[in-house]
Amino acid sequence: MSTLLQVQNLSVSVGQHCLVDDISFHIDAGEVFALVGESGSGKSVTSLAIMRLLSDGLHIASGDVHLVGQSLFTLTEAQMNGVRGRRIAMVFQEPQSSLNPVHTIGRQIGEVLTLHRKRSGAELKQDIIALLEEVGIPDAEQRASWYPHQLSGGQKQRVMIAMALACEPELLIADEPTTALDVTIQKQILNLLNELRKKRQLGILLITHDMGVVAEMADRIAVMRHGQLLEQAPRDVFFSSPKHEYSRQLIHSLPRQDAFRKAIAQEETPLLEMNNVCVWFAQRKGILQRIAGYTKAVDGISLTIGHGETLALVGESGSGKSTAGRAILRLIPTTYGEVLFNGLRIDQLDESEFIDLRKRIQVIFQDPFSSMNPRMTVREIIEEGMISLNVGGNDGKWNKSEREQEIRRILQRVGLEAEHLDRFPHEFSGGQRQRIAIARAIAVKPQLIICDEPTSALDVSIRGQVLQLLQELQQEMGLSYLFITHDLSIIPHIAHRVAVMKDGKIVEQGSTQAVMQNPQHEYTQQLLSAVPMIPEHV
Amino acid sequence: MTFPRFSDFSMFQPMLLWSDILIFILLFSLIAFFINLSRNPVARARWRHVFTTRIGSGAFIVIVFYVLIALLDSLHFRTALPPVEGSDGAISQEADGTVHYSQDVRSVLDIILHDLDSQDEKTYSAPFALYSFAKENQESDAGYVIRAFPRLEHGGKHIVRDEEHVLDIWVKTARAIGLTILPCLLVIFLHSAWRRRKPPVEHPLPWTVIYTTLTILVLLCGWVLNLSQYYHILGTDKVGQDVLYQSIKAIRTGVLIGTLATLVTLPLAVVLGIAAGYFKGKIDDVVQYIYTTLNSIPGILLIAASVLLIDVYIETNPEQFKLISERADFKFIALCFILGVTSWTGLCRLLRAETLKLSQLEYVQAAHAFGVGDWRIIFRHILPNVNHIILIALVLDFSAFVLAEAVLSYIGVGVDPSMASWGNMINEARAELARDPVVWWSVSAAFILMFVLVLAANLFSDRVRDAFDPRSVHGRV
Repeated sequence: MSTLLQVQNLSVSVGQHCLVDDISFHIDAGEVFALVGESGSGKSVTSLAIMRLLSDGLHIASGDVHLVGQSLFTLTEAQMNGVRGRRIAMVFQEPQSSLNPVHTIGRQIGEVLTLHRKRSGAELKQDIIALLEEVGIPDAEQRASWYPHQLSGGQKQRVMIAMALACEPELLIADEPTTALDVTIQKQILNLLNELRKKRQLGILLITHDMGVVAEMADRIAVMRHGQLLEQAPRDVFFSSPKHEYSRQLIHSLPRQDAFRKAIAQEETPLLEMNNVCVWFAQRKGILQRIAGYTKAVDGISLTIGHGETLALVGESGSGKSTAGRAILRLIPTTYGEVLFNGLRIDQLDESEFIDLRKRIQVIFQDPFSSMNPRMTVREIIEEGMISLNVGGNDGKWNKSEREQEIRRILQRVGLEAEHLDRFPHEFSGGQRQRIAIARAIAVKPQLIICDEPTSALDVSIRGQVLQLLQELQQEMGLSYLFITHDLSIIPHIAHRVAVMKDGKIVEQGSTQAVMQNPQHEYTQQLLSAVPMIPEHV
Repeated sequence: MTFPRFSDFSMFQPMLLWSDILIFILLFSLIAFFINLSRNPVARARWRHVFTTRIGSGAFIVIVFYVLIALLDSLHFRTALPPVEGSDGAISQEADGTVHYSQDVRSVLDIILHDLDSQDEKTYSAPFALYSFAKENQESDAGYVIRAFPRLEHGGKHIVRDEEHVLDIWVKTARAIGLTILPCLLVIFLHSAWRRRKPPVEHPLPWTVIYTTLTILVLLCGWVLNLSQYYHILGTDKVGQDVLYQSIKAIRTGVLIGTLATLVTLPLAVVLGIAAGYFKGKIDDVVQYIYTTLNSIPGILLIAASVLLIDVYIETNPEQFKLISERADFKFIALCFILGVTSWTGLCRLLRAETLKLSQLEYVQAAHAFGVGDWRIIFRHILPNVNHIILIALVLDFSAFVLAEAVLSYIGVGVDPSMASWGNMINEARAELARDPVVWWSVSAAFILMFVLVLAANLFSDRVRDAFDPRSVHGRV
């Protein structure tokens, strides 16, 4: 195979600070080269440097990039425009924001074709339809005149790929192409990319942080950290004998899939019981705002969570799993059904009666950046719930110094230091923020914590630490978790039992081992088979 | 409204107009705001960032200068009238022991400007002129009646021969500047020496700009105060009043209308906007209905109608307004109020949208999960996070209102004609600019003073926006 792209000693810096530090690699035609690393490691900057699309302030300090023997850094801007899109194409992470919402998809693909290949008229239309068919959009002739909002997330990503392929580029740069997608869709897109590169002898630079995707797709792998290329190896060599300590860490960041948590013996009354709970949102129409129908976000789910138990609620985006969590917290009213806490019916209590239960049921959100008021200090954040819910020691009230002591104790428990109390959330990293969010939740001494995707915004290495902390706390405080997630790989590690949700309904429920190893429902099987796996021989 | 008078000070009677009360309440709340601010490290750092920019601190000094003039002009009093002829002499010796005070309400600023208002000419005169702008019948030495430009009564009356005129202006200018620049330089020297003894701070204030701006302002004051004793620096208007005096008096009107009208819009916009965005549902419907309706009525029409209503009220209740200035003041406050009530919709919309967004954020949901009450959530989670919007709108609105006053006075529904305002001056300029030769000084004076204030406010608001906008680099929390 011939060398398609050659990157030699590339360095990118902003001011004195080096973002990409002297990296070299090459990509052959028809090869998938994966650039792996956590956020901030310089992967995306590298790809932008290759395209010469670095934003102001960043500059290429040294090095050279050759595309089939031609140096890209010596081209004029006009010549470079002929390369971008024509010979090197790019697919981004967010298909939603990469497509222009006011133009039809046909027109957006057509724009690239007219620009670079001077197509027009019937020929143009034919090309568009052929491309859409190639990326697997059904009924392509009609869909060409659709607008982006009429397509699903996976279809939009397919359209993005069709646009990238329109000019038959030699190299495709895919920057986290599946991160925003659900696992089943991810599987489809990855398959599509694989097919295309075989058919077209396309070189693909795949940028990702997901080791599963890498294991599935890549021919060769390079690991980046702090702008440096730590290791480069063919896939099999990489997974069987990683040279660098950090590579080993990355591979092991995926918890083992064969060690399951055993279900624990339960008392008579479960901690939380949901019977046939529905959350419907009314759709209103007309001037009089009459109710025309319902969006059934949660449609009759029943589940139980025992004392000290973790129930994982799994499903793809839009399946209603977060809504179910919010319904337990009464952030959203339930339409039908009953919710029992310790045998007591709680879904019909009014706000003042419910306040007592707010101490017992707490929540940890997904995004550690938006879950804390940026204008409050850590102390204020943790203290807020304690004050408003009147949390005290064994005999009720705490005075100020006692509360202060408790806050310090909790903060240290979650792995932060007491000096951090007067800082603001923005001074912490994502993982530290999530620790603060955990501290805030356990400060009111709850029995049940609803964890709404608490680790999906975190890097893999930090994800493991946060999960570890949650488990330790479970053992110490006898907590129960409702663990809402779309990430199937962490479930064996954290959950005792699993419930799988699809379109507002629970399709399968059971012990983790049973569901993961012997899924009964078709959808569960589909989900599990879509999860990219790392080869076992590590 | 009047204070109880003290017999010892019966020469003067302090007087508080309603707008004076408001401006001082405003001053105290501003001081309280800044004291409060100094306790919050984040806010302090941001404000400090505003002042470390050169434009920020320069514009701030100019604004403070205007505000100081407005404050001085808000300390009102009335002087006692000399006893009526025929009574037996001294003040407060009348039969019933009452003293009569002048109908004229004067302010401390008038004293500083050494009674420029009493030095009226007959009609127009150009800046620094010795002679009137209009010809008059005069009797010559020989007894003929001729038409010529008469000498001014006050402007340049110390000049004996016309040839001395230009030289005299330069000499007086040089003397004024010389006298004021020396103390300025001394103060700057002492201050920078003192500053050097302290350890250097990380982000120093731009002292060069601060010194320069202050020096220019002090020099200007010195020059104006000095020369205005001898000349009409900016000429006189149609009825012979000093234009300089008028345009300086108009500063109070401009500053007050900017701040008061903004203060009226604030509570309306903040309360309604946040309530609509946070509670949604019926409340949102009502608020949206109100502001859509209000927005679809032409603003000028609404203001003109309201001003006419106020006029009618004043006409039918003359007993409540004994003095001309009381009447003018009432009309002025009413105007501020009307301006405020008709222009809160923009900010309200912004706040509603922002609150809608914020109330869906996870930290607000987390607060709900902690059982925090609605009011507490609004005050602790919503309000602090829309503060930057309010602040930016506040400063931008200020300059918009100053300009709006000019427009409204121009079409005749602005402040009372007896009250000095830039709008009134521009209104008169309609006739003045149609004359030949053109009378340009009145409109130019109003234009320059207004321009400087609005420019300073806009530049300052730019810096404030930069410092507080979460999307900008400096504003990032």
